[in-house]
Amino acid sequence: MMRGKTENAAAARLDESPVAPGGLLLEADGIEIGFTLRGRHLSAVRRASLTLRAGETLAVVGESGSGKSVLAKSFLGMLDRNGRVEAGSILYRGADLARFSAEKDWLRIRGRRIAMVFQDPMTALNPLKTVGAQIAEAAILHRAADKRAARDIALEMLERVGMTEPARRYAQYPHEFSGGMRQRAVIAAAIACGPEILVCDEPTTALDVTIQAQILGLIKNLQRDLGMSVLFITHDLGVVARMADRIAVMYAGQVVEEGLAREIFYDARHPYTWALLASLPQLGLKGEELFAIRGTPPSLFKEIKGDAFAPRNPMALEVDFEFEPPFFQVSPTHRAKTWLLDPRAPRLEEPETVRRLRAKFPQGSIQGGTR
Amino acid sequence: MNAEPLLSLEGISVTFGSGRKAFRAVDGVSLELMQGETLSLVGESGSGKTTVGRAVMRVLPLSAGSIRYRGERISGRIPAAAERGLRQKIQMIFQDPMASLNERAKIDYIVSEGLANFRLYGNEAERRAKVERAMEEVGLLPEFASRFPHEFSGGQRQRIGIARALAMEPELLIADEPISALDVSIRAQVINLLNKLKKDRGLSYLFIAHDLSVVRFISDRIAVIYRGRLVELAPAEELFARPLHPYTKALLSAVPVPDPDAERDRKIVAYSPSMHPYGDSHPTWAQALPGHFVSGTPEEIETWLGGPGTVPT
Repeated sequence: MMRGKTENAAAARLDESPVAPGGLLLEADGIEIGFTLRGRHLSAVRRASLTLRAGETLAVVGESGSGKSVLAKSFLGMLDRNGRVEAGSILYRGADLARFSAEKDWLRIRGRRIAMVFQDPMTALNPLKTVGAQIAEAAILHRAADKRAARDIALEMLERVGMTEPARRYAQYPHEFSGGMRQRAVIAAAIACGPEILVCDEPTTALDVTIQAQILGLIKNLQRDLGMSVLFITHDLGVVARMADRIAVMYAGQVVEEGLAREIFYDARHPYTWALLASLPQLGLKGEELFAIRGTPPSLFKEIKGDAFAPRNPMALEVDFEFEPPFFQVSPTHRAKTWLLDPRAPRLEEPETVRRLRAKFPQGSIQGGTR
Repeated sequence: MNAEPLLSLEGISVTFGSGRKAFRAVDGVSLELMQGETLSLVGESGSGKTTVGRAVMRVLPLSAGSIRYRGERISGRIPAAAERGLRQKIQMIFQDPMASLNERAKIDYIVSEGLANFRLYGNEAERRAKVERAMEEVGLLPEFASRFPHEFSGGQRQRIGIARALAMEPELLIADEPISALDVSIRAQVINLLNKLKKDRGLSYLFIAHDLSVVRFISDRIAVIYRGRLVELAPAEELFARPLHPYTKALLSAVPVPDPDAERDRKIVAYSPSMHPYGDSHPTWAQALPGHFVSGTPEEIETWLGGPGTVPT
């Protein structure tokens, strides 16, 4: 396992040694991100830890306000001006991204090493420039290509993302593209510099299902062909099931459960993950009430005592209101942050939906590994 | 369920623009919504599904066909009194609960604006009682009435939108993507609420959506619309068990399912209108199986019925 050195100064050179598929590529540990809003302090991410391995797709799942986008943006130095990483480390190729502050440092990472695709392609594209010019721009900036070479790169990328007649598409403006085509163009710009990590923040939420299927397929193929790692942020568990090798579930600024895709879907251990799965209409029984999580997420302006999910969890234990649970290891690849896994905790019944899902998960079957 | 349809669309078309620029957004759509039924209209953006809803609301004029409500024609010119009645009996819920609520008005005003317009109360006490009842029914505390929309979460705002519709004591709710903007856990609350209202009040829904998987859970029947035309209509489970039209098959194959094993084995089917052998012949709207309608030529339908998984060539 490759591990960066923490004491490295931010401006140090990046470790260029190749990382074997499955090796540790990025390791975020104990990240705290705070924002100042009208004089008040908001803790958007509270001691969250994540690891991203070479060549894998890690899906970060959570509802709005869970901190999933903010956490991902901190890997690219893209936090809003009023927010900053207050604690923790983000180790990437021997450098600690959490200590980066100069824009000059970020330019070596953002776009070149770690690229991002957003939900709304129209906010990522400049409406006044041709699509091709915008992709070429990325190549000029990060790959020091001259104009002609950049044009060739852009044409190649347009073809890569599945556009027919790339030369004609090159000269078109974003408004001439459909939503799906625009998202393809954004992806083309993102991969133009050959990034090692592609962060996708709800890239298909605004698209129709048939277009969504195409874009998801495209991201999968590009990942395989280019050997990228993908950090996929979404609230749609269907998309997660299609894309993810591993899943991290976030709630109120923390990762509460992390594991292989099958472990999270068929052997979830955290009550919040249960609740998420049980509230899916796709898994519900028609004519019966859906399981609904009562209440709302906690205010992140206030200090949270104990387990953040406890007030909404009908099965919460007394200890949940007093002490924050640590992570308990379920398998070498699966861990959950809930007191329910403590040997002293009572055995509790999970929702019916979760029990039905578990039937698909014969104990021990995962150990051999399916991937 | 009653035998007489509550709402029937008879070959309706809606055209935008005129002359050479005319664009037919809805083209000859016919369907019937029964009393107490949830009928979903599913299609991609630009398929005309929202336009159908708006035509029923009389926001858009028809260029062909007619719409009946309890047997009475409600499209085109109708008496003012009938129009007034409809404005009360058919209510709408919108996708974006922030955009559809007046941010400068208190909840009390938002919920009772319709009541005021129709003078549906005798005095202030009665008005308050009606507002409170509607709010209670959707699970909002009566004291919220003096607050503004921005003080509420997305799910609560959607409840306010539903309370506003309920206060009018409607018979039919047209819900245009009412849950797609909501978070997973809030979604479940709103779905449960809509189902409860259907049971308690005998409401009927015309549900407009693009997400087939959610629609399956709440609908009695589902109609699939493609480029302004209905391509298939069937009871919800039947549509999922035995989709006939290649477009429906493509749509179903594209919906991601929250199950990694199922997703790994998934085959995504593509659809193109050129798959159909329509030269001079036109597809017709036919009943292929009891209660299961599809648009196609007789030969096509026969092939589609040939067995599950048969792909027309």
